[in-house]
Amino acid sequence: MNKIPSALQLGIRRGGLEIRQFARQRESVVFTLLFPVILLAIFGSVFKDTIAPGVTFSQYFVAGMIASGLVNTGFQALAITIPMERELGALKRLRGTPMPASSYFIGKAILIFASMIVQILLLLGFGIAFFGLDMPTDSSKWLTFTWLVLLGSACSTALGIAFSIVPKSGRGASAVVSPIVIILQFFSGVFFVFTQLPGWMQQVAAIFPLKWLTQGMRSVFLPDSFATQEVAKSWELQTTFLVLLVWLIIGIYFSVRKFKWDRD
Amino acid sequence: MSLIQVKGLTKSYGDVHAVRGIDLNIEQGEIFSILGPNGAGKTTTVEILEGFRTRDSGTVSVLGFDPNSRGHQSREWRNRIGIVLQTSGDAGDLTVFETINHFHGYYSNPRDVDEVIFSVGLKEKEDALIRNLSGGQRRRLDVALGIIGNPELIFLDEPTTGFDPEARRAFWSLIKSLRSDGATILLTTHYLDEAEALADRVAVINKGVIVEISTPGDLGGRATSQATVQWRDGNQVNSEKTDNPTALVASLAATFNGEIPELIVTRPSLEDIYIEMIGGAHE
Repeated sequence: MNKIPSALQLGIRRGGLEIRQFARQRESVVFTLLFPVILLAIFGSVFKDTIAPGVTFSQYFVAGMIASGLVNTGFQALAITIPMERELGALKRLRGTPMPASSYFIGKAILIFASMIVQILLLLGFGIAFFGLDMPTDSSKWLTFTWLVLLGSACSTALGIAFSIVPKSGRGASAVVSPIVIILQFFSGVFFVFTQLPGWMQQVAAIFPLKWLTQGMRSVFLPDSFATQEVAKSWELQTTFLVLLVWLIIGIYFSVRKFKWDRD
Repeated sequence: MSLIQVKGLTKSYGDVHAVRGIDLNIEQGEIFSILGPNGAGKTTTVEILEGFRTRDSGTVSVLGFDPNSRGHQSREWRNRIGIVLQTSGDAGDLTVFETINHFHGYYSNPRDVDEVIFSVGLKEKEDALIRNLSGGQRRRLDVALGIIGNPELIFLDEPTTGFDPEARRAFWSLIKSLRSDGATILLTTHYLDEAEALADRVAVINKGVIVEISTPGDLGGRATSQATVQWRDGNQVNSEKTDNPTALVASLAATFNGEIPELIVTRPSLEDIYIEMIGGAHE
C-alpha cells in the first residue's frame, strides 16, 4: 500500500492545473493581466503633471496599480471564481476525493502568485517604455518590494478564499465583490493622491490592506524625500507589515473554518 | 461485517424530517440500489454516507469509519471510496486525459489512467476539451473520476440520466464489470429498470423511512403475487387474476382446442409494485 500524497505535493500539482486552466481562458487572461496596463495608459496620458519634485503622476500611479493588482488578481478574482466553481459542483467533487482543503488553497495561491508576477512585469515594462518610469536602484527597495508582493499575494489570496463564502450565487458574485474593490481603490489612493482625499476616507482606508500596500509600493517607486508628504510623514513599513499580517491571519482563519464546498 | 452499517439514522432541516430512523446494512461485493421519490430522504441518506452532511442521531459506519471524521483519517477513508455525483459543469478548459490524470494523483493506489479511459469508452475523446463533450460522454468522465482511485466502495448518483438506450446498456455492463473487479456499489436511481438490471438488493425509501429491502424480484411480494392471464374470445378481451396461471392456460388451451388467441401472462412489474409502495404517486 503506497502512501497518500502529501498536502503540499498535491497543492503544487493543483497550482500547475490552475495555471493551465487559467491560461486557456483567453478573455480572462487578457482582462486580468492587461487591465492594469490599460489603466496606466489612460491615467498616464490624462495626468501629465508632476505631484512633487521629480515625481510624475505615472510614477505615483504605477505604485498604486501594482498594489491594487494584488487585490484584483487575488481577492477579487477568487471571491468571484470560487462561488462559480461551487455552483458548478466542482468543489463538491473535489471534496469527495482525498485531496485536502489545504492543497486546494495552495493551488490558488500559486495561481495568484504566478499571474501577479506576469502582471508586474507587464506593468513595469510598459511604464518604462512609454511613461519614463524610474526603477529603484537601491537593493533595500527591492527587498521591500519582494516582501510586499509575497505578503500581499498571500493576504489577498486568503481574503479572497474567505470572502468566497459571502456571494450567494456564482452569477451574483461579481456584483457583490467588484464594487467593494473599486470603492477601496478610490479610498486607498490608487487613482488619486492619498493625502488629498478627505480625512474620513483616509481613516476608512487605513482599516484595509490596500491603503498599506499602496503606501508600501510608493516607498519602493518614489524617492525617499516623498515620505514626508505621507500622512504619518514616513513610509510606516513596520505598520504595513503588521496590518498585512493581521489580515492574512484573519483570511486564513475564515478560509479554514468557514469554507463552503457545496451550494447549500 | 457489513461494508456499510447504518442504525437509527435521523436528519432534519428545520421542521422538515428528511430522514426518520433508517437502518441499513450493505454487504461487500453487492450492488445495492436505493429507490424513492424526490424528497423521500434518499439523497440526504446517501450524502450522510458520503460524508457531505452531518446527521442528527444514529450510528453510521462506512468501511469501518465514521464519515464525519476529519483530518488525516478522513483522507485515508476518502482514498478508499469513489463518488460519482450528478454531473458537474467544471473544468471545461481541460482535456479528458488531463483531468483524469490529475485526479489520478490524489490517490495512493490508483488505477491506470489509460485503462480507465478505455473502460469508460472515452479513448477517442481523451484529448478533447471537456467543454466539447456530449452529455453522455461527460457522464462517463464523471464515472472515470469516481473510479480512478480504485475504490472499494463506489457511490453512483443517478448515473444514466439523459442517456440514450444504447448508452445505458453499455453503461450497465461497465457497472457490472466494476463489481466483478471486487467493488461494492451503492446506486441511487429513478429508473426501476436500471435497479432491476443491476441491483442485487434494493431499498425503497419513502417519507424518510425504509419501506422494504429485498431483491428486485421479490420486492413487494412480486414473485408470489397473482398473475394476470389475458386472452381474446371472439370480440371480447378477457382477463383473470390467478394464483395458478399454468392451470388456467391449460384449461383455456383445451377450450380453444390448441392456440389461445392473443394470450398474455403477466405479473406486476417492479414499477407497479413500487408505485403501490410509495402510495400511488410516482414523482
